[in-house]
Amino acid sequence: MSVLPTVVKEFIVGDVQADRVVPPSGFTATLTTFAAGAMAFLAIFALALSLATGRLAARWGDDLAHSSTLRISAPEGQMAEQTAAALRLLKTTPGVESARALTAEEQGALLEPWFGPDLPIEDLPIPQLIEIQETQSGYDAAGLRLRLQGEVPGAVLDDHNRWRRPLEQAAGRLRLLGLVSILLIAATTATIITLAANAALAANAQVIAVLRVVGAQDSYIAKAFVRRFTLRALLGAAIGVVAGMAAVLLLPAAQPEGGFLTGLGFQGGSWLLPMLIPPLAGVVAYFATRHAARRTLSELD
Amino acid sequence: MIELDNTAYSYGGGELLSNISLKLAPGSFHFLTGPSGAGKTTFLKLCYGALIPTSGHVRLFDQDVRDMDRDDHAMARRRIGVVHQDCQFLDHLPIADNVALPLMVSGRETLENHSNLKELMHWVGLGNRANALPPEMSGGERQRAALARAVIMSPDVVLADEPTGNVDWEMSQRLLQLLIELNKMGKTIMIATHDMNLIRAAKSQVQARVLRIANRKLQLAGADL
Repeated sequence: MSVLPTVVKEFIVGDVQADRVVPPSGFTATLTTFAAGAMAFLAIFALALSLATGRLAARWGDDLAHSSTLRISAPEGQMAEQTAAALRLLKTTPGVESARALTAEEQGALLEPWFGPDLPIEDLPIPQLIEIQETQSGYDAAGLRLRLQGEVPGAVLDDHNRWRRPLEQAAGRLRLLGLVSILLIAATTATIITLAANAALAANAQVIAVLRVVGAQDSYIAKAFVRRFTLRALLGAAIGVVAGMAAVLLLPAAQPEGGFLTGLGFQGGSWLLPMLIPPLAGVVAYFATRHAARRTLSELD
Repeated sequence: MIELDNTAYSYGGGELLSNISLKLAPGSFHFLTGPSGAGKTTFLKLCYGALIPTSGHVRLFDQDVRDMDRDDHAMARRRIGVVHQDCQFLDHLPIADNVALPLMVSGRETLENHSNLKELMHWVGLGNRANALPPEMSGGERQRAALARAVIMSPDVVLADEPTGNVDWEMSQRLLQLLIELNKMGKTIMIATHDMNLIRAAKSQVQARVLRIANRKLQLAGADL
């Protein structure tokens, strides 16, 4: 492993002489750097999207998998009685860890986003909700429904499956979309750099011809181009990552009210992931330019 | 070192050169003449591997050019100094760096070679033009720089295509002297030219053979020169 840093160091410090044989090209250099920067900026958001949806899917999975809700609609007089009956029944059901009737305040808080704070919900015939925590093994939903039908006719059991599945699916798709975007961004970076390298090689045909005449090997000629494009991609991607991270930092912080939309960002160790983008851009540029240079050179005399 | 065996070359139409056989012995001095368009430049290109013969064989340092890969060609060109008719340089580098380019690309740019470079630049009369860029230079200056670049690696063979085409008589004599000096050090020299005076001037100082390309063939020219 001690060889690798030396190679990388030599590559970055470089052969000053070898670099001089290719004329400086201000404008295309700027374009390459800009393209790498823009791609890195986009990669940051694709990465943030993937991570956020990944977290979201995990959270929904955990929260919803082991809980259910029992909704009791009954005439006002029977409400307390049916709630008590349901709680009794749930306590004797295998697989139910705990069951708790939500208080009027909690139910009010759940409705507030829809009705606003000022509505007198006490006067409305609101169903009573019971929150059920399941054990790891879970309970038999069909059996519980049958027993409820007999003892608590106003009860409806919601085991959350019909909510969880589409949400998890959507989160999974979003995550996949983010990963595909990252791959597409990498491929586009390679394409742009290949095109730029081809243009540079074509523009420097005379330089290459002169170098061949004086006995330069292809590897020497390729090195001059490869080093330039790799360093440009590294620089551009570094700028793009800094800009992208700043933009992510400026997003509003995650809040319970905003749901997943404001959760877009990095948390904990995942802040380190974007640091991988510039080296990856450099690696992509290195291989794209090397491939382009070798192909172009092998087609010459 | 350079060997042509029954070599022919055609650019697609009829053959420009056919049945050419020649062995360049170490230390020999050749002139190559012939009417323009006869194939002098093509012949030289065959001699340094820039063209692959359409039939027959060309061997550079005992290796058939058809069997050489691109790196082999690069290595062969370090041993064959070439002066082109229209010499090309890296236009963004000063002429001194251009002359030193063969050393640079072969990783032989040493301090000792650096003093040789200065000496060589003076020899070709460009001592005070070291920092000039190639596009700022006259045709004659470029040709002298090209010769300096061709010999800086101390190659075994120097092939020069009309090296005195753009320079005055005095400078062409100086270039000739340089090539004769190199020949005396054991280098093989081949100069394509149609300047008969140059050939006569050389013949008084060095054992030179004169080759003539005519009617697609390479002939040894008679003593009438």
